[in-house]
Amino acid sequence: MSEEIEKNNIALPEPGSLVLSTSPHVQDGDSIARIMAKVLICLLPAVAASIWFFRFDAVRILVYCASFCIFAEYGWTLATRQAATIGDYSALVTGVILALNLPPGAPWWLCLIGSVFAIIVVKELFGGLGQNPFNPAAAARVALLVGFAGPMTQWAAPATGSLVSGATPLGAIHAVQGSADAMAQLGAPDNLMKLFLGNVGGSIGETSALAILIGGLGLMAFRLIKWQIPLAMIATIFVFTGIVHLAAPGLTPGPLYHILSGGVMIGAFFMATDMVTSPITPLGALVFGGVIGVLTCIIRIWGAYPEGVSFSIVIANALVPLIDRMCYIRPFGWHSHSVSALNIRRGEIK
Amino acid sequence: MSIFKEFTKGFWKENPVLVLVLGMCPTLATSSDAVKGLAMGLATTFVLMGSNLVISVIRKLVPGKIRIPCYIVVIATFVTVVKLLMQAFAPEAYQTLGIFLPLIVVNCIVLGRAEAFASKNGLLASAADGLGMGLGFTFVLVCLGCIREFLAAGTLFGISMQCWDNGFAIMGQAPGGFILLGLILAGMNLLNMRKAKKAGIKYEPPAEFDCRHCSICKLSTEEPVKTK
Repeated sequence: MSEEIEKNNIALPEPGSLVLSTSPHVQDGDSIARIMAKVLICLLPAVAASIWFFRFDAVRILVYCASFCIFAEYGWTLATRQAATIGDYSALVTGVILALNLPPGAPWWLCLIGSVFAIIVVKELFGGLGQNPFNPAAAARVALLVGFAGPMTQWAAPATGSLVSGATPLGAIHAVQGSADAMAQLGAPDNLMKLFLGNVGGSIGETSALAILIGGLGLMAFRLIKWQIPLAMIATIFVFTGIVHLAAPGLTPGPLYHILSGGVMIGAFFMATDMVTSPITPLGALVFGGVIGVLTCIIRIWGAYPEGVSFSIVIANALVPLIDRMCYIRPFGWHSHSVSALNIRRGEIK
Repeated sequence: MSIFKEFTKGFWKENPVLVLVLGMCPTLATSSDAVKGLAMGLATTFVLMGSNLVISVIRKLVPGKIRIPCYIVVIATFVTVVKLLMQAFAPEAYQTLGIFLPLIVVNCIVLGRAEAFASKNGLLASAADGLGMGLGFTFVLVCLGCIREFLAAGTLFGISMQCWDNGFAIMGQAPGGFILLGLILAGMNLLNMRKAKKAGIKYEPPAEFDCRHCSICKLSTEEPVKTK
């Protein structure tokens, strides 16, 4: 260490001569448990909406996923003889977000495999909370969707709705593709209102844009997430689908329909913004949100799957180290030719 | 080392897949079901044993500078033999293995054993080494194939097990293979660590197999990687 400092001609005082002051130090009292508890509070509107629309199915899936996630984490800490980490509620948050991403008809074993995959394969095997490169809930949803295409795409209409068919709003797009009139009908104001309130088919927690928006604003009020991520993601989807809709009205409905349907809202506010798996800098957050938005639109409009938010989040998670390296904060006096900047780019200075 | 030890080391101590981490392409591609894995493993065993035998015989005749092409020619001969044999006597297995059968020529295990063992050791030892390595490879492929086949289709060697019919399709595809192989490698390291701990020594994974050389996460803080 000292050698490197000498090499870079940085003069630091001798370690012994540093003045260590006594308290009071400024501290905001945040801990993992408190942050996770705040996230849980912000998830409450979405949870309430899911129970309102899907009744007992939602309760069942929420209880299964939350308890399986907690058991998986507790079992892992027991097996590896670590201190128990379930007290920080992070497993509970993962369980609730995963549950909100499952279809109402999900059987118990789907919840079990999803929870074990999220906690053990995605989180603990990479070193536990703070070390996971992928968002556990998003990666588990992707694994379930690719692994169990059948049960993961059996949608049911909400219990309180007048909707008869079980198709999701995004499935409906593929059904009527090619007809500009049908697309315009999908984008009609009363249809959009239904999407906004959540009275449509879909995963239990993703249907109500309103409830997620309330929770997302709560997250921003608590300053737990970077507002740049949801903003960049939703704005990119708006612009992208807007352009495609204007160019080919029969291919896809208008931008508002895309933003309010499927997992865009829950993905933008609760999954993409995971502190561990999103970029550090504000500029990086903008790039990250933009990448997710573009990928989502491409998968939705031209892909084989009707929905692509979880895939996009996982792909963008993999890009986060590169985004961080690209969007680091330039120090004062930075110049593109300076040696230290190149070193940062090469990953030498951490 | 005795001949028997040369034979048994391929199963555990120097298992080509689990310890040497060689031949990943056929391991991941042909372990999606147990029968496929068994066919691939046996074909590779035959090639390994034959090429080890011939290379150990000609090891003093081959000039050092052109030894690799010579080995490849020998290996390719055996691969052609096994390919024609399978086409004649096991056409179904030949069909399912497809391109991966001729690709045994470039399998790192075969060339690796030729270079690392057969070119330095006698006839019997080389044959035992080839057979052991081949059977170790087969063993891993069949184990991996059984797990993946069961999870993805609920069958073992094509026979339905009647207890799991919800096909976890991802396990039959490449990602599932990677995840399971990773878990098995981790489990093997765990066992080796336990064994070392009992013997009172600290287990160190081979330097190139752990993630200390990678600079993305901060596991490497002890010795920062210096690139000029």
